[in-house]
Amino acid sequence: MSKHHITTTINGEPVEFLCEPQETLLDVLRNTLNLTGSKEGCASGDCGACSVICDGKLICSCLMLGVEAEGHNIVTVEGIATGDELHPVQRKFLEHAALQCGFCTPGLIVASKALLDETLNPTEEEARYWLAGNLCRCTGYDKIIRAVMDAAAEMRGEARAA
Amino acid sequence: MPSLTYASPTTANEAIALLAEASGQAKLLAGGTDLLVQLRSGRVKPDLIVDTKKIPGIIGIREENGEFVIGAATPGAVLEAHPELKQVWPGVVEAMDLIGSTQIQGRASLAGNLCNASPAADSVPAMIAAGAVAVILGSKGRREAPVEAIVVGPGRTSLANDEFILEIRLPKRPPRSGDAYLRFIPRTEMDIAVVGCGVSVTLDEAGRCTAARVSLGAVAPTPLLVKEAADALIGHTLDDAILARLDAAARAACKPITDKRGTIEYRTKVAGVLTRRAAAIAFQRAQGDRSLRAPTKAH
Repeated sequence: MSKHHITTTINGEPVEFLCEPQETLLDVLRNTLNLTGSKEGCASGDCGACSVICDGKLICSCLMLGVEAEGHNIVTVEGIATGDELHPVQRKFLEHAALQCGFCTPGLIVASKALLDETLNPTEEEARYWLAGNLCRCTGYDKIIRAVMDAAAEMRGEARAA
Repeated sequence: MPSLTYASPTTANEAIALLAEASGQAKLLAGGTDLLVQLRSGRVKPDLIVDTKKIPGIIGIREENGEFVIGAATPGAVLEAHPELKQVWPGVVEAMDLIGSTQIQGRASLAGNLCNASPAADSVPAMIAAGAVAVILGSKGRREAPVEAIVVGPGRTSLANDEFILEIRLPKRPPRSGDAYLRFIPRTEMDIAVVGCGVSVTLDEAGRCTAARVSLGAVAPTPLLVKEAADALIGHTLDDAILARLDAAARAACKPITDKRGTIEYRTKVAGVLTRRAAAIAFQRAQGDRSLRAPTKAH
């Protein structure tokens, strides 16, 4: 079986790669493109560690084939910061210590960024439902939610929440 | 690993030809939220994957003479972001929205949920209650089938090997109509229905039900259209006696199994309760109370 030649956009850059039809986008990101920020937790769309944004929509890269990336625009955790400047969500995760082992963190950063792309005024309940597909087995959810709500407040131009 | 071929046809005819000429097993790929899991686990080993998403009309929502036409591969997130669709068919949109996480909503579709043919599929009872019709293309041309005729058993559909669903059509809505879908799970999110219930009603000016459809999920090998439950509503306003009859009709239709999600007795009891609650929401919506959301998910 010959490999497919795929042309796509990842983190704003044009990217070409070769892949087998059964390879997932996550396989391609990690093994072919060396973008290892996206993690493989469950490989069945339950844990969210492989979250990426495809054409503005949050998806699990383990549930998309690499060949399907043709012509699409994909943002991974490596594309969330602007150069050396962290995205507010990333900074707030650090400030609030919203991680323990860190395995879920890339997925949560991408998912939180996607939420704040939709709205800068999420309620805590909305943020919790939005992130329900991102599992943290260290059970750090409270700090994660505080970080997301604080990032939203900062991006709205408000002073830091207590 | 046996060789797998991936094709992404750009016309419906090309897709039909690929399916018709496939020598081994062919699988359709829309959002892939079921197919990729099955590929990974080895439960399906197709020789050919036909990605439908480049077929014109298969993604997107349009209104046609009062009907909503939803492309078969349209992701749930697109339904949720469509105010007019939510206004007219809140039950269908909420049912779709209950499936999986935000990530799943970015890819999963109504037709994918239907063709995966799970007895517990959330969107299917809502579509059946809505009287939704699947537009099917194949070698023999185009045909339409009511959604309740698609699933014939767990994991099995009535589609021929060379057929696929192009779009789902939701019928024109008379005035004073409302729908609702409720599912029961032991947590608030990210779980599979113990029982699901879709109700759609139309009322007259006095609030009496003139048309109703009731559908139950996860209580039989396929989602059920429960005519006896609809008959319990038609001709009546919603009072305690009617609700009791509705509850009994819903319970009588159940043919569930006992599994880790619930026993036969529990599922049957919950089916009655959910049907009453879904009917109450559908009636309220038909009477113009659009503020109401099913109390199953916050947004």
